[in-house]
Amino acid sequence: MTGVETPAVGLTHGASEDTGLGHRGPESKSIVVPYGFWLFVLSDMVLFSALFATYATLAHATDGGPASNELFDRTLVAIETIALLLSSFVCGLAMIAARRRNLIWTQIWLLVTGLLGAVFLGIELYEFAMMIGEGAGPQRSAFLSAFFTLVGCHGAHVTAGLLWIGTMMAQFWAKGFQPHIMRRMMCLSIFWHALDIIWVAIFTIVYLMGTLP
Amino acid sequence: MSEHEREELMDVAPGAPHDSLMSETLSYIVGLGLALLLTGVSFWVASTSSIWGPGVAMGLVVLAIAQMGVHLVFFLHITSGPDNTNNVLALAFGVLIVFLVMIGTIWIMGHMNVNMGPMPELTNLQMQRG
Repeated sequence: MTGVETPAVGLTHGASEDTGLGHRGPESKSIVVPYGFWLFVLSDMVLFSALFATYATLAHATDGGPASNELFDRTLVAIETIALLLSSFVCGLAMIAARRRNLIWTQIWLLVTGLLGAVFLGIELYEFAMMIGEGAGPQRSAFLSAFFTLVGCHGAHVTAGLLWIGTMMAQFWAKGFQPHIMRRMMCLSIFWHALDIIWVAIFTIVYLMGTLP
Repeated sequence: MSEHEREELMDVAPGAPHDSLMSETLSYIVGLGLALLLTGVSFWVASTSSIWGPGVAMGLVVLAIAQMGVHLVFFLHITSGPDNTNNVLALAFGVLIVFLVMIGTIWIMGHMNVNMGPMPELTNLQMQRG
């Protein structure tokens, strides 16, 4: 990769006849599709940054209602965090199995991914139900509106991811490891890992910083 | 180097796995270990009293950013290698926008909150300190 004749890699600058597509024309679909999905995921993170900014601004606007350190239970959050992290890990194992066209293990790992995601979602919904039951619903204060918007938006993404995992399993079952199915699997794994990255920000900013003594 | 091999070296998609089963699995296991460690330290830092109080929040932010880095490198396989240039550039732009939105908002809204002074009856929000 050091010779003079080696074409420039990635963005090219050297050649005057450069078309902007590099010297080899457009990349194959197996590169372009996940790259496009990566751009979507990054823009999704920009969306979340706006929700984080809203939450940070309104975190103390409790309107005399319950504040963050009266509401959150760190033990539940720790379980949620572990479940989602393991889920992200197992999703990687499913990707490894899928790359090697091993249907049984792909399905098993995808199922485990989905189950761990469901554990996470179940705990989150339980927490929401508890809070609303205590009169700490989203209407109570600006703080709680921001909380339910931010964490609920992440939960909605996880829900969509669970549906996607189910669909993915059905597609592997029915269609096998065709190239377009593998591209979808690739996008699913990017999506699922990204959700865990966003959760890291949520458990740090919302739950841990919200319950500091 | 055949044309096909060269193709393999050129660009990879984010999240694209390595070639060997061992190194691939190892990457995920190392990532999981580091992420668990950083999560554990985060929860410990948040609950211990042996750390200077005002430093805790900053420490948590640093730990969170470190863990996001672990996820990007070991789970999404974003590297500094030449085959990853486009992924890294897109990520850098995303990070720039995220920081602009978050720090800009917190900075401006914090100052506005201070400058507005106490008139909760006008904003109907009753900002509460503490």
